[in-house]
Amino acid sequence: MSVDIDTVKRVAHLARVKVTDEEAGRMTGELNTILAFVEQLDEVNVDGVEPMTSVVHQQMKKRADVVSDGGYPEKVVANAPASDDNFFMVPKVVE
Amino acid sequence: MTELTKLTLAEARARLAAREITASELTQAYLAAIEAANPAINAYVAVTADRALEMARRSDERLARGEGGALEGIPLGIKDLFATEGVHTQACSHILDGFKPPYESTVTANLWADGAVMLGKLNMDEFAMGSSNETSYYGNVVNPWRREGSTEALVPGGSSGGSAAAVAAWLCAGATATDTGGSIRQPAALTGTVGMKPTYGRCSRWGVVAFASSLDQAGPITRTLRDNAIMMRSMASVDARDTTSVDLPVPDYEAAIGRSVKGLKIGIPAEYRIDGLPAEIAALWQQGIDWLKAAGAEIVEISLPHTKYALPAYYIVAPAEASSNLARYDGVRYGLRVPGEDIADMYENTRAAGFGSEVKRRILIGTYVLSAGYYDAYYLRAQKVRTLIKRDFDEAFNAGVDAILTPATPDAAFAPGAFSGDPVQMYLNDVFTVTVNMAGLPGLAVPAGLNSAGLPLGLQLIGRPFGEETLYTIGNVIEEAAGRFEPGKWW
Repeated sequence: MSVDIDTVKRVAHLARVKVTDEEAGRMTGELNTILAFVEQLDEVNVDGVEPMTSVVHQQMKKRADVVSDGGYPEKVVANAPASDDNFFMVPKVVE
Repeated sequence: MTELTKLTLAEARARLAAREITASELTQAYLAAIEAANPAINAYVAVTADRALEMARRSDERLARGEGGALEGIPLGIKDLFATEGVHTQACSHILDGFKPPYESTVTANLWADGAVMLGKLNMDEFAMGSSNETSYYGNVVNPWRREGSTEALVPGGSSGGSAAAVAAWLCAGATATDTGGSIRQPAALTGTVGMKPTYGRCSRWGVVAFASSLDQAGPITRTLRDNAIMMRSMASVDARDTTSVDLPVPDYEAAIGRSVKGLKIGIPAEYRIDGLPAEIAALWQQGIDWLKAAGAEIVEISLPHTKYALPAYYIVAPAEASSNLARYDGVRYGLRVPGEDIADMYENTRAAGFGSEVKRRILIGTYVLSAGYYDAYYLRAQKVRTLIKRDFDEAFNAGVDAILTPATPDAAFAPGAFSGDPVQMYLNDVFTVTVNMAGLPGLAVPAGLNSAGLPLGLQLIGRPFGEETLYTIGNVIEEAAGRFEPGKWW
């Protein structure tokens, strides 16, 4: 499988990365190189093989469903580019 | 003063405990070395001199009271991927501009609890994506090693290039690093240092900036095997805040050094004799086999038939996980924000300006292979191949193999730009290391010799799950036979 420039632009938009036409053109070539490289996986017979979900055999850890952390909103927003009264500030999203 | 930086971590520990030197002297010596070398090597992206001196002062007080911890007064460098409270933590990306976490990663908290001193944050490939430390927003790291008679700059490997270069150039006693596809072992091999990627789940990932969560593991890079074992014991822990942290006590890795390898079964995988393997690497591998045989280990040929599919499967799984993990960088909660016409435009502008080209490439690949209609063909198939890769290792270990010996890298350090223009050629640097991440196993890179140009080469030992001690036992045979390798100081 290979991608064309329109697919690259569509995927870039899905990933919320703005790309120029020039960048999209260059990335089309690079992505096709990578996709051609991974195509060798088609040679592998994976019939009846379970997909890997965890490399370590361990019971999923569980903990009590209680609040174990938090209560410091000022620390949570401390690194925000814009915040007000411990809220993250974003451009208007509702008209 | 400068000679203090040449002490190994173990030597420094002994002299600190005997109160022959102070942590303050040692820290000052490293800070002076960093100031002199960093313009040439570019290993540090932030130096925390005041904090280091304060930590050293407190270490000296504890040492005076006879209360020193396992790493009391030992100055360490920390890869920029680890969250350090109030200190530069940006994964060497522009998109995390100005980020200073209000919390400490578990691994670094463990080190400070044992008395270690933080010198600063180390350069790396952006978000740990790279094999040459050329993708950092803070510029390339320069390898302290050069070819004999040459002044050409070489890469230190990646992504933990700053960690490996700082250790090799005596700019810290040891460094933290992380490894998703080879990012501890490859730079260690290219700088003549020792690098351990422990079993998945041995070190907590809490507070480590995520790249590919099912593959990422933290580990140490050091100048000697003993130093590595000492640091590993402090970094490893059982952590309730990481659900993949494994509930197993942390052993005394240092005690494994010096044990006999007599009767241990070492597997040599036929599939690692790849086409185009340089004769020097093949000879080094044979040398390693001979050393282990001479020490009483039993050498057995093994087969890991799915080896060649590890790298292509990795380049589906890792970008897929990365595209998901890196979705959080949206200009809202931390780091860079580039305004736009509306919120979606702001996201797109921020991510366009904040991510470098290698990171964008992997986000796009990951988004593509996870997108509707392609998930089964790419991601699901890659995860099935991963099961087969792990099964290969399981079968070797079930047949009694204690560890596997391979080359660490397909070649020695190369010049910057050597693989620009072809991402797949760069990815091939990880051909021997990436299988280990795919199977979650421990892998140790040990310096084993120099090539004809005088550059260091390493061997890799792959262990059973949580078989780190065996790797230190076997690695010691290689270190003792090969000796240690130091670059000629030119900086």
